[in-house]
Amino acid sequence: MMDWLNFLFGVEVAVGGLLSGVMYALVAIGFVLIYKTSGVLNFAQGAMVLFAALTFVSLIERGVPFWLAIVFTLAVMTMLGFAIERSVLRPLTNRSPMVLFMATLGLSYVIEGAAQLIWGTQVHRLDLGISNEPIDFGGIYVSQFDLAAAAIAAAMVAALTLFFRFTRTGLSFRAVADDTFAATAVGLRLNLIRSTVWTAAGFVALVAGLLWGARLGVQFSLSVVVLKALPVLVLGGFDSILGAIVAGLMIGASEKLAEVYLGPYVGGGIESWFAYAVALVVLLVRPSGLFGTKLVERY
Amino acid sequence: MGTLLQFERVSAVYGGSVSALTEISFRVEEGAFVALLGANGAGKSTTLKAASNLLPAERGRVTGGDILFAGDDVTRIDPARHIRAGLVPVLEGRRLFRALSIEENLVTGAIGRGFGHRRIAEGLDRVYDLFPRLKQRRRSVAGLTSGGEQQMAAIGRGLMAEPRLFVLDEPSMGLAPLVVAEIFDALSRLNREEGVTLLVAEQNSSVALRHADWAVVLETGRSSLSGRAADLIARADVQDSYFGGAVV
Repeated sequence: MMDWLNFLFGVEVAVGGLLSGVMYALVAIGFVLIYKTSGVLNFAQGAMVLFAALTFVSLIERGVPFWLAIVFTLAVMTMLGFAIERSVLRPLTNRSPMVLFMATLGLSYVIEGAAQLIWGTQVHRLDLGISNEPIDFGGIYVSQFDLAAAAIAAAMVAALTLFFRFTRTGLSFRAVADDTFAATAVGLRLNLIRSTVWTAAGFVALVAGLLWGARLGVQFSLSVVVLKALPVLVLGGFDSILGAIVAGLMIGASEKLAEVYLGPYVGGGIESWFAYAVALVVLLVRPSGLFGTKLVERY
Repeated sequence: MGTLLQFERVSAVYGGSVSALTEISFRVEEGAFVALLGANGAGKSTTLKAASNLLPAERGRVTGGDILFAGDDVTRIDPARHIRAGLVPVLEGRRLFRALSIEENLVTGAIGRGFGHRRIAEGLDRVYDLFPRLKQRRRSVAGLTSGGEQQMAAIGRGLMAEPRLFVLDEPSMGLAPLVVAEIFDALSRLNREEGVTLLVAEQNSSVALRHADWAVVLETGRSSLSGRAADLIARADVQDSYFGGAVV
């Protein structure tokens, strides 16, 4: 009987971990989208998450209805994405990845500063109307909120996958991600495609911002959730959406399990650094990650 | 019939200082099949990239002279607009989208010209008719197909944009002689039967001269000789010195 309870407890920890992994994957996907088309690790993704959440919550507090606030925030994120692409990245086309990275690093401060200037610095409570009561699945308790978050994330990934697989814009995106110079020569409109992708990244940031904001409160530490996405990217590969999802789940589950089962032997506190240790090992043995592109070509 | 592409004393550099072309001049008449010959490093690729205004994407630029396509200055037009006007390049080394299937690669060519579903379907039929092998391989990931299939797909991708002037860079590169012959035969058919104007850069001068009707020879970034292909074949002595000894 004791064994059975221990087993149930383990499963519960793993499920909780997987569900929080979904939240990591959510942020990581925003990185992957932009990395694939612009070849830049967009450090400002975290600031975008914060900006989206802050805009949404401020609208709600001013009495704007839920769906209208969603639509308005999405419009704001679209404009922000367009503006970034046009004013920061386009003038830096063909520059080294380091230059682009530094530009997005600077950008993240500008966005955070702007968000503070517009909406103020206090912490906001965000209630999406999803209960946080656990549900009992035959002895395993799972948070309703986490389940809802996973369902929302799954729907978003499905929508993105269909878009990239079956639309002409999606095909153009994959072509640009594969070979930018060839895409230029073929006549694909890079600027339009990149703007579209920044819009998609803004949409992902909005979803991530709402879910993370509902969980942690909308505050400036939200922009630090990007740091949790980095080990996910290293494990999954920077250019794979599937990798971001799988790695997010793996990191989420493994850090919770490590905390519970390995933690007691080293005095606890593993959860906060376990993901980075995993990322370090992955970098040593498999630098392109589990699903990242290794050059495949026959000559 | 008039002049479709005209280079008039064109000079170009890479990275601000490395000189790549010095005052080259030549013309491509509408309906012609023109071979651009020269040894490795003579400036063939640079010339073709200049024609499609692709030099800026590789940190190069045209520093002097005029390049006119159908009377318009090409250096002021971005590559996407070029394709819409009918000037379609096939890049050196094929440059397929490796992770995409052969058919998806072909479709990108039509998207580049802004075609819709009906024109895409028609284009695919046309390409599969010209290269039946591609039809069998249409679902294959492009990076895993053979060199010949990749070259055919690269040409097919260009054809999907319905070129008026089709500009190909070294289509024979790294391919077996039989495959090279198959590709050049297909190009000849396009030129004769559909009236597509061709400008083909080649190191393999013998194959190119057999199929082309006019040839321009480049030597270290300058145009040194041009004439009817049939006349140039006869001057075997010239071939060795000008063509880098690449006569097969």
